Amino acid sequence: MFKDNSQTMKQQDKRLRIVEQTMRKHGSEPHALIETLHAVQESYGFIDQEMMEYVADKLGVPLSKVYGVVTFYHFFTLKPQGEHVCVVCTGTACYIGGAKAIIDEITKSYEIMQGETTKDNKLSLVTARCLGACGIAPAVVYDGEVAGKQNAQAVIQRIGGWLKNES
Amino acid sequence: MKENGKILVCTGTSGISAGAEEVIKSITNELANKNLLDKWQVIKVGDRGLFRDVLIDIITPQGSRFTYEYIKPSDVSKIIEKHIINDVPIDKLLAGKDYNQFFKGQTRIVLSNCGEISPENIDEYIERGGYTSLQKALKSNPAELIDEVQRSGLRGRGGAGFSTGLKWRFCYEAQSDEKYVICNADEGDPGAFMDRSILEGDPHAVLEGMAIAGYAIGSKEGYIYCRAEYPHAIKRLNAAISSARKRGFIGNNIMGSTFSFDITIVKGAGAFVCGEETALISSIEGKRGMPKIRPPYPAQKGLWGKPTLINNVETLANIRHIIKNGANWFASIGTEKSKGTKVFALAGKVKNTGLVEIPMGTTIREIIYGPGGGPARKKISLKAVQMGGPSGGCLPAGLFDTLVDYEAISKTGAIVGSGGMIVMDEKTCMVDIAKFFLQFTVSESCGKCLPCRVGLKRMFEVLIEITEGRGKNEHLSFLIKMGNTIKSASLCGLGNTAPNPVLSTLKYFQDEYLAHILEKRCPAGVCTNLLSFEVLEDKCIKCGKCYKACPSGAVQWKKGYHAKINKDLCIKCKACIGACDYMAIK
Ligand SMILES: Cc1cc2nc3c(=O)[nH]c(=O)nc-3n(C[C@H](O)[C@H](O)[C@H](O)COP(=O)(O)O)c2cc1C
Ligand code: FES
Repeated sequence: MFKDNSQTMKQQDKRLRIVEQTMRKHGSEPHALIETLHAVQESYGFIDQEMMEYVADKLGVPLSKVYGVVTFYHFFTLKPQGEHVCVVCTGTACYIGGAKAIIDEITKSYEIMQGETTKDNKLSLVTARCLGACGIAPAVVYDGEVAGKQNAQAVIQRIGGWLKNES
Repeated sequence: MKENGKILVCTGTSGISAGAEEVIKSITNELANKNLLDKWQVIKVGDRGLFRDVLIDIITPQGSRFTYEYIKPSDVSKIIEKHIINDVPIDKLLAGKDYNQFFKGQTRIVLSNCGEISPENIDEYIERGGYTSLQKALKSNPAELIDEVQRSGLRGRGGAGFSTGLKWRFCYEAQSDEKYVICNADEGDPGAFMDRSILEGDPHAVLEGMAIAGYAIGSKEGYIYCRAEYPHAIKRLNAAISSARKRGFIGNNIMGSTFSFDITIVKGAGAFVCGEETALISSIEGKRGMPKIRPPYPAQKGLWGKPTLINNVETLANIRHIIKNGANWFASIGTEKSKGTKVFALAGKVKNTGLVEIPMGTTIREIIYGPGGGPARKKISLKAVQMGGPSGGCLPAGLFDTLVDYEAISKTGAIVGSGGMIVMDEKTCMVDIAKFFLQFTVSESCGKCLPCRVGLKRMFEVLIEITEGRGKNEHLSFLIKMGNTIKSASLCGLGNTAPNPVLSTLKYFQDEYLAHILEKRCPAGVCTNLLSFEVLEDKCIKCGKCYKACPSGAVQWKKGYHAKINKDLCIKCKACIGACDYMAIK
């Protein structure tokens, strides 16, 4: 898929507007920092240095502090995620149910660690702490869709399906 | 037929992942086909805390109720045809024995609306007595209200178990032009989800509790600090806040009184330590979630330096029941010092897992063998339950007769905590579990104080040594000494409690640690480095389950013979160990 340049510019505009709106809603006060970063992450998918500088400037917060906050909280990422995201729950129930074997298998098969994305940008491996689905542990989220009672083989099959369809 | 019938569909996390939306679509289609849409109402209800794929309830116009479990879209036409039209329930699909057992042992007060009403429809909440407690509260004076809450004996459900009435009193007595009420919905224990189910299933109960708290302490502004990992809960809360505002239950001059109170949602960003109250306040102020030394307590100096009341979701959801039914009613439930009910997220190696609400004073055994239905696998016996997550400890099977009571549980080394309750059997390695919780707290330590930042890391490293076969005798005394130092020297509750999972497993399961260290053996068959993948012929019953489970063809077996494992083909995946009911592979 190719987007022409003007379209991406316009989209970017829209994304930026969401961020600006959030800041305005909070009177562009320094305490709006976390809410603003949520807005950035939601509209861009990640938070890069350019956005950090922009937010720092608009809210009157030192860049070092913005960076400190972004890296303190797990929810914020500095790098874009892959096309597909596989979230493995590592909460207590899922851990006992075998989440570690699932992660080990993904790590082995796709050469990525927790929090990393494959070199071709196709797949990210993320871990979460209890999705509130402990009764169907171990739980895995495939691109936002929760699936329960998973095991290493099922996960590899599902991911294999994603990657195959697109190559 | 005068009254309409109702079809309730459970749309909690597990319901949705099992396809509740598709089931709803086929129900509506079928009803439309049969021209029944005006006689039957389809209602999306919250999670009732039991995992049964898609659950639906049929409530007939006469008021009888039938529950169906594990429903697929393909079952729907049959149910509509036979049950709805011809009034003949389909026995085969009705919820079975386990379902009934799960609910039989429970007393549902806080969860009474979860799974019963549509959380997005304020009228259903009002129909079941919603916002009458707020109305009643507004007619009494704040001091009376605080007395009532204090006399009820309600204690904080967020973990520490501090008297809620007393906390309200401190905030009430603090002099300030501005005060705040914060609902702690950060739910950090990685195995607990009762707060989430309350927020998703009965959001107005939390709002009502907050408004009553606001009136009692003299605050006009409330915040709900909710973890960003709960987008569904945030959506429901937002919807609930705007409908409550429209009806005048929150906002200016609530129900025609002079009291005004509004609520804002603040999203967390994924940090366990932000559940700690002073860190949570820093986070709302837009900063890194670093805890501060107390005193001053938030009741004196909290958000923006003003007196602040922080209560947990479940604590606040109890308030309306106390105001409605009175302190004496609440105090009549439970033990001498622990009153009311507690919701536990029961998970792990039990037959039925889910949310269990029981009166304080119930024994652990009654929970596990009542609603829990006993061990998940009959032949593998239960070993312990872990309570309180990363801040808690475990309670061995020998102490299952302990009562759920803040003091009685603490005495064992576990804590009531926020309500995570994970059941473990012979196949759970206690050293591995201790390592799991430490890994969690190591990565969640905010780094402000040294004992927690460095000490936990050192303990974690030692546990890695032990589980990978490099354990030494002196490691045990090191763990105990370091654990106690971290407990007494850390700045906040995270460090003060983080060594507990290690210390309590050491207390009750020292033999497992010793087997790892001295014999280089993992009795539960979990620590891969310590497994030799050999079949113990005296335990093997020749059933062949390991043979069937093996993905690499390493297990050799013939009917009537002991299994054998070919180590050249073995990929150490532990599938055989998982399949064996007799602990016959080491
Ligand atoms: C590390 C740490 C994490 C905590 N996490 C939570 C949490 O997720 N939810 C919660 O309600 N309380 C949590 N607490 C307890 C709060 O600090 C606070 O005591 C509680 O919210 C008070 O409400 P309550 O009196 O109604 O229990 C945590 C405490 C510590 C030390
Ligand atoms: S531990 Fe995985 S869903 Fe709760």
